[in-house]
Amino acid sequence: MSSAAGTMDHHDHDHHHHAPSGITRWLFTTNHKDIGSMYLWFSFIMFLLGGSMALVIRAELFQPGLQLVDPHFFNQMTTVHGLIMVFGAVMPAFTGLANWMVPMMIGAPDMALPRMNNWSFWILPFAFAILLASLFMEGGGPAFGWTFYAPLSTTYSSDSTALFVFSVHIMGISSIMGAINVIVTIMNMRAPGMTYMKMPLFVWTWFITAFLLIAVMPVLAGAVTMVLTDKYFGTSFFDAAGGGDPVMFQHIFWFFGHPEVYIMILPSFGIVSAIIPAFSRKPLFGYASMVYATAAIAGLSFLVWAHHMFTTGMPVAAALFFMYCTMLISVPTGVKVFNWVATMWRGSISFETPMLFALAFVILFTIGGFSGLMLAITPVDFQYHDTYFVVAHFHYVLVSGAIFSIMAAAYYWLPKWTGHMYNETLAKWHFWCSLISVNVLFFPMHFVGLAGMPRRIPDYALQFADINQIVSIGAFAFGLSQLIFLAVVVKCVRGGEKAPAKPWEGATGLEWTVPSPAPYHTFDTPPEVK
Amino acid sequence: MAAQQHEKYYVPASSPWPIVGAVALGLIAFGAGHTVIESKNQVDGWGTTVLFTGLAILVVMLFGWFRDQINESMSGLYSNQLSASYRQGMSWFIFSEVMFFAAFFGALFYARVIAVEWLGGASNNAMTNEVLWPHFEAMWPLTETPGGTTTQAMGWMGLPLYNTIILIVSSFTCHFAHVGLEKGNRTQLKVWLGITIVLGCIFLYLQGAEYVHAYQDLGLKLDSGVYGNTFYLLTGFHGMHVTLGTLMLIVMFFRVMKGHFTHDNHFAFQATSWYWHFVDVVWVCLFIFVYIL
Repeated sequence: MSSAAGTMDHHDHDHHHHAPSGITRWLFTTNHKDIGSMYLWFSFIMFLLGGSMALVIRAELFQPGLQLVDPHFFNQMTTVHGLIMVFGAVMPAFTGLANWMVPMMIGAPDMALPRMNNWSFWILPFAFAILLASLFMEGGGPAFGWTFYAPLSTTYSSDSTALFVFSVHIMGISSIMGAINVIVTIMNMRAPGMTYMKMPLFVWTWFITAFLLIAVMPVLAGAVTMVLTDKYFGTSFFDAAGGGDPVMFQHIFWFFGHPEVYIMILPSFGIVSAIIPAFSRKPLFGYASMVYATAAIAGLSFLVWAHHMFTTGMPVAAALFFMYCTMLISVPTGVKVFNWVATMWRGSISFETPMLFALAFVILFTIGGFSGLMLAITPVDFQYHDTYFVVAHFHYVLVSGAIFSIMAAAYYWLPKWTGHMYNETLAKWHFWCSLISVNVLFFPMHFVGLAGMPRRIPDYALQFADINQIVSIGAFAFGLSQLIFLAVVVKCVRGGEKAPAKPWEGATGLEWTVPSPAPYHTFDTPPEVK
Repeated sequence: MAAQQHEKYYVPASSPWPIVGAVALGLIAFGAGHTVIESKNQVDGWGTTVLFTGLAILVVMLFGWFRDQINESMSGLYSNQLSASYRQGMSWFIFSEVMFFAAFFGALFYARVIAVEWLGGASNNAMTNEVLWPHFEAMWPLTETPGGTTTQAMGWMGLPLYNTIILIVSSFTCHFAHVGLEKGNRTQLKVWLGITIVLGCIFLYLQGAEYVHAYQDLGLKLDSGVYGNTFYLLTGFHGMHVTLGTLMLIVMFFRVMKGHFTHDNHFAFQATSWYWHFVDVVWVCLFIFVYIL
């Protein structure tokens, strides 16, 4: 996008005000918008790639028996699908949104540490190239599930595991630097008058997310390091013969892993908390309680990790502790859902695509939350553990939760990013196709799960055949629907109806006070916030 | 907040170093992975070459990036706000380092309090012991593993105690150097900083000597069961951090000799000093939990 400096009436500013051109612009940039765009495109490419791996899985599971791929390749697909979607699609998409929106929302010129920002981004393509390259090595790539439980990842893994380990290391470095950048930007770059309790909720949720990232990504680094030394250097952290314990791996992994799942949903809460008030034409109900609820969820996320491990044989007291803490999370989450509904109450609602995705988010994320509550209950988890019920649960919160909120955000802010309105008809097609297919895809999984179909297995008993066929049809429909999204975005970037500074009547926030597309450097001097 | 203190924002110009750094990290990760795989399979390969190419590029990147930063800082381009951003960024980085060590301390506590005890039949695990390794008795330090590997424990007297004293003293000398800088007393700064560097080097030398002692005399090795694992990973990662901290202090020493830093503008020195105190605190935790208890 070109600079719209003329619309800014601030001081004279020297050099880097106009966007440089050519490839070096993207390689050397320190601009939060450029970096945000690169993050978003990278995440979309990863989304399509990880999605095609999911389609390999669903094609194999269309019928019982083994027809398309051999089990080892199937395991690699489930593993790399998970890794790519978590670390390559959802997290970079949120970081991209933070890059684009946080400086604009708090009245900052850019991120606090712009060069480190570019470094964080450019590590990602290398990390994922290494991960994907390992698939082509002798013995195949990672095949132990994205959770890489020992001893699957140590004793029984292929040679290429070291590449997986080091690729996760540099992904982690990227995430930590990205998170430090966001948190410092929020603490230090707010415009005068932008007090903490005036920050938009997207900024608040990212503030807390960044804290979670800095706290737990190093723990993931520790976990992969121990896997590396166990596999290659003769240590026995996860080997009982040497005094270690495979269950210890799960404790360390999930101490990272549970905050990680909130890392992938808290920014969604912020997005939805921006969109629902805008299209209900009412201020957000219970702003302060939203902030406190987010903080409470983040705090509790450190106390619930072992609910992923109820079947490992932990002491009853520990199981009860983790069960109650987990159920407690439904209180702040309930506050949030209540507040979104209360925001809409008696609002004059209109249903543009961002609002449709936000509404779908509220309903479908809540379904995922309810199945999570069921999974939280220790005794019944013994039935659900490692079945398709779990798969249904976390795809409801991650696909119809996190991914839907990212789509909502994209539609909501596309006019600000590109200066054009997107094609509403096509976008509505995208929404309805996605909404229907995502439920065809994931809802029936609850039933096969309850009936006992295990996850991560390429074959299944005959009685699950019908439902698996429905699920696979839903999967291909959902995958194809995302191509509509690609078309809408490409069309919108290339042209379309001119977008005004504030295309949404009820929208609030500093990002709508600047022209669309937003100037290359949004604020050279701090705006006044009252 | 600092945002009110000035009216115009500073945004650094674009720079080639981040992408160079990303290439470096990519080569390091790819090369390290292949090095590990090749050494396990005992084959010759190009892993090490890639790894060292990556490391060389990383060193070039660090020189180039810091050179640019220092030049910009010396020419007065930086605002107070940017300085605050650096300080906060460094604090959060140290917090992330704390969490990295927390993972290994967590493994130590879990192994000691839960894994080994349960293998010995504690809690309701009598049958675990009975069925798996009936002759195994829980103990810490774990000098005989269930699988039968034996070793000797590392005591805390002698080298570890000297090293503890050295690092704690070095934290104070580092602080005296910082005070000297803030008071504008360059001689005090140089002397105490030099002493800190020497103490850091002595620590590293003694740590190396301790590893030799452990391997040759005690039979305490990286693969000596979970006691040796936690011992070497915790002290090893700490030693790597001390190495990095010492290198940072040496860079600071050269910058001080060149006349850099003023009493109110010395973020790099302050960050190095924080880092040094951090590795010191980690060592105290190590000394207590790995050596004494």
